[in-house]
Formats: sequence, C-alpha cells, structure tokens
Amino acid sequence: MAVKKTKHEMPEQKPKDRIKNFNEVPYGYDEKTAIEEAKRCLQCKNRPCVDGCPVEIDIPDFIKQIAEGNIDKAVEVLKSKTSLPAVCGRVCPYENQCEGECTLLKIGEPVAIGRLERFLADYERDKGMKIPKKTRPTGKKVAIVGSGPAGLTCAGDLAKMGHKVTVFEALHAPGGVLMYGIPEFRLPKAIVNAEVDYIKQLGVDVKYDVVVGKTITVEELLEEYDAAFIGTGAGLPRWLGIPGENLDGVYSANEFLTRVNMMKAYQFPEYDTPVKIGKIVATFGAGNVAMDCARTSLRLGAEKSYIIYRRSEKEMPARNEEIHHAEEEGVIFKLLTNPVKFTGDEKGILKEVECLKMELGEPDESGRRRPIPIEGSNFKIKIDTALVAIGQSPNPLIPATVKGLKIGKWGNIETDEEGRTNIPGIFAGGDIATGAATVILAMGAGKKAARAIDQYLK
Amino acid sequence: MYEIIEKQVLSENVKLMKVKAPLMAKKAQAGQFIILRIDEKGERIPLTIADYDRKKGTITIIFMEVGKTTKQLGTMKKGDMILNFAGPLGTPSEVENFGNAVMIGGGVGIAPLYPIVRALKQAGNHVISILGVRNKDLLILEKEIDEFSDKLYIATDDGSKGHKGFVSDVLQKLIDDGEKIDIVWAIGPIIMMKVVANLTKKYDIKTIVSLNPIMVDGTGMCGGCRVSVGGETKFACVDGPEFDGHLVDYDNLMLRNRRFICEEEKACKLAGE
Ligand SMILES: Cc1cc2nc3c(=O)[nH]c(=O)nc-3n(C[C@H](O)[C@H](O)[C@H](O)COP(=O)(O)OP(=O)(O)OC[C@H]3O[C@@H](n4cnc5c(N)ncnc54)[C@H](O)[C@@H]3O)c2cc1C
Ligand SMILES: Cc1cc2nc3c(=O)[nH]c(=O)nc-3n(C[C@H](O)[C@H](O)[C@H](O)COP(=O)(O)OP(=O)(O)OC[C@H]3O[C@@H](n4cnc5c(N)ncnc54)[C@H](O)[C@@H]3O)c2cc1C
Ligand code: SF4
Ligand code: SF4
Ligand code: FES
Repeated sequence: MAVKKTKHEMPEQKPKDRIKNFNEVPYGYDEKTAIEEAKRCLQCKNRPCVDGCPVEIDIPDFIKQIAEGNIDKAVEVLKSKTSLPAVCGRVCPYENQCEGECTLLKIGEPVAIGRLERFLADYERDKGMKIPKKTRPTGKKVAIVGSGPAGLTCAGDLAKMGHKVTVFEALHAPGGVLMYGIPEFRLPKAIVNAEVDYIKQLGVDVKYDVVVGKTITVEELLEEYDAAFIGTGAGLPRWLGIPGENLDGVYSANEFLTRVNMMKAYQFPEYDTPVKIGKIVATFGAGNVAMDCARTSLRLGAEKSYIIYRRSEKEMPARNEEIHHAEEEGVIFKLLTNPVKFTGDEKGILKEVECLKMELGEPDESGRRRPIPIEGSNFKIKIDTALVAIGQSPNPLIPATVKGLKIGKWGNIETDEEGRTNIPGIFAGGDIATGAATVILAMGAGKKAARAIDQYLK
Repeated sequence: MYEIIEKQVLSENVKLMKVKAPLMAKKAQAGQFIILRIDEKGERIPLTIADYDRKKGTITIIFMEVGKTTKQLGTMKKGDMILNFAGPLGTPSEVENFGNAVMIGGGVGIAPLYPIVRALKQAGNHVISILGVRNKDLLILEKEIDEFSDKLYIATDDGSKGHKGFVSDVLQKLIDDGEKIDIVWAIGPIIMMKVVANLTKKYDIKTIVSLNPIMVDGTGMCGGCRVSVGGETKFACVDGPEFDGHLVDYDNLMLRNRRFICEEEKACKLAGE
C-alpha cells in the first residue's frame, strides 16, 4: 500500500467563529486519526527526525507504539525525554525541526510529529498523569531562577535524578512566556498549569514573588544551594525609537499580551486588570509575537488589525501556521512598510502612524535582503492602538547583579554548550543565553544544563 | 500568602498595613516599592515601602483608597492574607550627606517620603520637611517625620493647618529667606512634583522626584511604566522610581496615567454594586 502523501487533517474552529472567543483554535487528533497518521511513518533506520529535535525525543519509537495502538506505552517513550509534551506539540516550530528532516518530505508532507505529540499529551492529561517512581535523593540542592520552559525542564530533569530542586519565579504564575506571552487560543493556560503540576509532583518546589537580584541574590542562593541555573528569559522589550512612541495607545507586545494572558484582561471586569484597544490596531513586526498580538486584537473586538512589517512575506520570521491562521482570521498585512512617526490628538491620544514604503536590497548579515526606504513614499494610516512587537532582549537584572559573570555583547549570559557560565556552580540557558529563540531550544538548553549540573554535583 | 499583621486608619481614606514578608524586609531600602495582588482575579499594584522591620520580618505600606484595588485592600483586616507580594523593587534612594536637604511630601506621597527623611537624617543631613495636604484631616505621619526633621512645615489648601496654599510657596519662601539648599526631594501628585521641579530648576537646586506610572510586572518586562527622562525612555520599575526631577516629562506621565480611567471607573462601579 502506498503511503498517504499528506498529513491527516486536524479539525479546527472556523475563522469567523474563533475570532469571537479565546478558545483553542485546533481541536487535535482523535485516537483513530492518530493511529492512521502514525502508520505513515516509515520507521527509518537512520532516524533523521530525531536529529532535528533539540530534546532528542525517540520519535520513531513513540510513533511505532501509537501505530500499534499502545497509547500508554507511547506516552511513556515520549515522557522519558520531555516533561512538557503538551506545550511542544502546540508551539514547537516542528516544520523546521523534526518534521523538516522527515524522509516523507521527499514524496509529500512529513509525518505530523507535532500533532501526534499533542495527541499523546492530551490523552495522558485526560486520563490523569502518571508520576514516575522517585529516585533515591542525592542530598544535593539546586536553585532554578525563572520558571519558563528552560527553568522548568532543568528542574524536572534534576528532580528525576534525585536532586532537591527549588524554582524561584519573579511573577505570581509559572511558565514564563508560556503563561504571559503566548495567548490562550494557541496554548490554553490550563495546559501550562497541568504540565507545571506534573513537574511539582516530581518533587520540585516553586516559589513565586521572588525577584532574584532584588529579593535575594544569586550569591545568597549559592550559600544555601549547591548549584544554580539561570533561565530568566529575554523579557526586555525593544522599541522602534521613533517619535510618539510614548503616546497613550502605544503598547509593547509584552505589556499587551501580559495584560490579556496572564492578567486575563479579556475577562475584565471579572478580572481587575484592564486593557484598552480601539477599532483599528496596528502591530509592528512579523514574528510569532506579532501574529499573537494581531490575532488577540481581533478577539478583543478590533475591526481592523494590521501587521506592519518592513521586509516582504518571505522574510517574515513567524511560523507558517501562525501566518496562515492570521490571514484566515482577516489580519491585514502591510508589508515593505516601515513606521517613522506616531502622532496623537490634542490630548496626546494616538491617532495615526506615518509610514514609508520600502524595497529590498542586498542581503544583510542575517542573510535576509535589507529593506531600503523609498524616498518620498510617506503615507499615513489612521490607528487607535499600536503594538510594538519587534523583539526582546535578555532581561538585564541578573547579568547586572552577579559579580564577575561573563556577559555577551547583547547582554546575554555567556555559557558553553552545556550551559556552564564562567562561574563554577552557576549555569544558564534559554533566551537569557541565546537571546529570544524558541520554546524547544530553551527546553533543550535546560536539559543539557541539568546533565552538566548533575556532573558538577558528583 | 502574606499575612496582614497590623492595620491602622491614618485618615479618612488612607490606611497603613504591616505585612509579613521576611525575605523582602531583609532587603528593603528607602525609595523602593513592592507589587501586590490581593487575590486570584486581582490587579498587580505597586505601593512604596513606607517602612520595614528586618527583625520582625514586616513591610509597612501606606495607601490611599483611589480605586477598585486600593478600596478592596482597605477593607481587609489584621490576620487576612494577601495572595502575592513581590519586592523590594526599584532602585533605592541615593542616601548620603548632602548637607541641607529639603523634603517635600504631598498627600499620600508623604508615606514614601518618610523612610528617606529618616535615612537622610541618619546620614547626617540637616533636614527640613514640608508636608502638603488638602486639609488637616488628611495629614499623615506628622509625628514620625517630625522626629527626623530639624524643621517641619505644613501647608494645607484650605488653611486648616500651617500655611494656606501649596508646598511650593513654602519652598519659595525658604529660598527667598536665603536658606542654602543642597538637595530637594519631592514626592506627591505629579503636578506638585512638576511645580517644585520647575521652581528648583531656576535656582539650580538638585531635585529628586519619585514617579508613579501604571505598572504591571515591575521587573522591566512590559515597558508599561516607561517615562521620558531627559529625552530618553526609562522604565520606572527598574531604572527608578526616583529620577532627576529637572529631566522628567511630567505631561507625558500625566497623560499615560490616564490610560485606563474609563475601565477603572467601570470596575469600581461594578465592585460597589
Ligand atoms: C508572544 C510570544 C509568542 C511566542 N511563540 C512561540 C512559538 O510559537 N513557538 C516557540 O517555540 N517559541 C515562541 N516564543 C518564544 C518562546 O516563548 C521563548 O523562546 C521561550 O519561552 C524562552 O524560554 P525561557 O525559559 O528561556 O524564558 P521565559 O519563557 O522568558 O521565562 C523566563 C522566566 O523567568 C522569570 N524571571 C525573569 N527574571 C527573573 C528574576 N530576576 N528572578 C526570578 N524570575 C525571573 C520570568 O518572570 C519568566 O517567568 C514566543 C514568545 C513570545 C513572547
Ligand atoms: C512605584 C509606585 C509607588 C506607589 N506608592 C504608593 C503608595 O505608597 N501609596 C499609595 O497610595 N499609592 C501608591 N502608588 C499608586 C498606587 O499604585 C495606585 O494608587 C494604585 O495602583 C491604584 O489602584 P486601584 O485599583 O485602587 O485604582 P484604579 O482603579 O486602578 O485607579 C484609580 C485612579 O488612580 C489612578 N491611578 C491608577 N494607577 C495609578 C498609579 N500607578 N499612580 C497614580 N495613580 C494611579 C487612576 O488613573 C485612577 O484615576 C504608587 C505607584 C507607583 C508606581
Ligand atoms: S519537541 Fe518539537 S522538535 Fe522535538 S519531536 Fe516534538 S515537535 Fe519535534
Ligand atoms: S523521518 Fe519521518 S518517516 Fe522516518 S522515522 Fe522519522 S518520522 Fe518516521
Ligand atoms: S512595570 Fe513592566 S516594565 Fe516596569
């Protein structure tokens, strides 16, 4: 029998319905579809897909179990390498990673590895998660700073090795960007909470409201703990640096998304935190963060939601799936367009943005063609709200408060491949080390650092 | 969870609470603040650390009931729990012996002024304090501030106590009387800080103000608290909240602090029903 050339479809909410709610967009595979999809896998001997996965999941093995109908066994194989499968199965850019290496690409679409992972995670959560047997305690204590995917993965792995782990989180909720950044309709917060609960059941203690560097320093933590891992992320918003950016109506993507996601402003006034958008919203940038802003705006009632980006469609850094979803929902893309100035009314409330048309020149150091302004092409767009989503830099708080810690040129913490910093006993990983990247790379970094920490403690 | 271990009513709608938070009490310094969230559905609001007791592990907050969260907080009692309490946040006040310091507090801004007055006095400064309120019933911490001040002036809008008029009138008089002033601290309503800063600029007297923009996380992540200082964008929660008063764009701050007025009124109305 010939292999089906395309992935099995995953049913999802219709665009015209979903822009009126914050519920998750795709529904996920049912068991029957998952088994059918798993059967597409060729079980390649050389396992190219595994090389594409930063956390080294035994992809063919878990797929084989699904194909044979051994769902519980499949979950076990999956969970032996990741503590956050429901998250990866939703937000991992698998098209460039595991699925990007799949042999089936030669004849059509790859195996839907991400969707299968999501299916397994959801199946397990519905059934109630099984907690692995406790390892014998080693008597060693590790402090983890930040509860994003890097910190949580590192914590989970260290706990499985028998170390006593405490996570210190500045905010009142765990998950980092998973909680405050990525919207409910893409990653339901109940799922993040369930995955965090799983990690807690491994024996990890999570303390909130502890701003390390302020409430307690890393040096002080090391008086009590045998090692520390820093996973404080890239939380510092970048600005356009154009006139009018401080007008009423201009938000950073972080502020906007934090209000809506973590503080649940979409349920205001049931929840106390407000958010305000007008009828016309413009988001600047074209990464995942920008797509999230533009799609969230529609759900909050915006009549028009623009993406304004200075390069062309080809250079947009967001995942294809996100761009596709945004287009389906009616987000308007204004490409090769660069803002130069925000203007407000007499009260200082944002009312329009002035832009320039751009054209593409020679490739720059990032390999993408450099956008060049077309002189005299200025034009204005009426807007009520501007969301600036052009990137984040590493959070400077820890780099600034640990004496002697080696800092890179973007304010990132410098580490070796395994997450060791220049100071023995201090490890780091995720966006704080690499600059803003992806959930799975942060998890991979947490995983490698856990191994290095274990070695260090021996 | 953080327990309220003491509560006092200072004036009609200004309340004081001591909250058990040992880690934070150990680190707290004058000029810093905390962010609290009362319950699961609550907003995160910043309040200045008005005092701390490292031995007992408590932080003192003094707040004015102006909206939903502060009113709700005002109804809480000794023994009640606050869900989240994070800090100390922000950069501490620069405390040294400047010489002659004039300390100006307006309204509930008197609360954050108090620990700085005390710290400056202990650092050897000659301290003159000027406290301004609408009427004498709103005056808080008079005794406490007096204890660490060499001289204390009061100004009320209605003349019910001290000078009838603004704190800036008293400051102007001090300057006119030839008082040699090395530094001024001004904490209170934005308009008060603006007026004071404009006045001291004329005489080239270094002036520190403490800004209170709307905040969310308080860790430098959201940029909601950004203020324009000397033409540069600064985040009040990490770079401040204290800044050189001569460089602050007060009009922009006033504008940005009105961002959610409609929504806040709605939340208050609903909470009242
Ligand atoms: C809106 C948005 C959408 C995204 N979409 C995707 C996507 O679809 N796919 C994908 O792969 N990636 C996506 N990303 C990127 C991805 O989320 C990040 O790369 C990833 O979360 C980084 O993980 P981290 O653990 O390094 O840091 P973070 O997730 O940033 O977590 C850091 C944590 O540390 C805490 N912290 C910071 N400072 C301190 C301190 N001093 N003390 C204590 N705690 C502290 C923070 O509060 C936070 O909880 C998105 C990012 C955003 C913002
Ligand atoms: C660093 C810092 C320190 C502060 N210290 C104190 C303090 O020690 N005591 C105290 O009483 N208040 C202090 N504030 C102000 C306090 O945070 C606000 O009064 C509070 O957030 C209002 O919340 P609410 O829900 O009760 O009112 P809301 O319903 O949110 O607002 C009611 C009214 O207050 C205004 N408002 C909202 N947020 C602020 C704000 N951040 N600053 C000024 N006005 C605001 C609104 O525009 C509205 O008019 C401080 C603010 C900052 C940023
Ligand atoms: S974690 Fe990401 S890269 Fe790894 S198998 Fe899952 S979807 Fe693919
Ligand atoms: S590369 Fe594709 S087909 Fe081959 S084992 Fe991996 S998932 Fe299966
Ligand atoms: S409050 Fe969010 S950056 Fe200051």
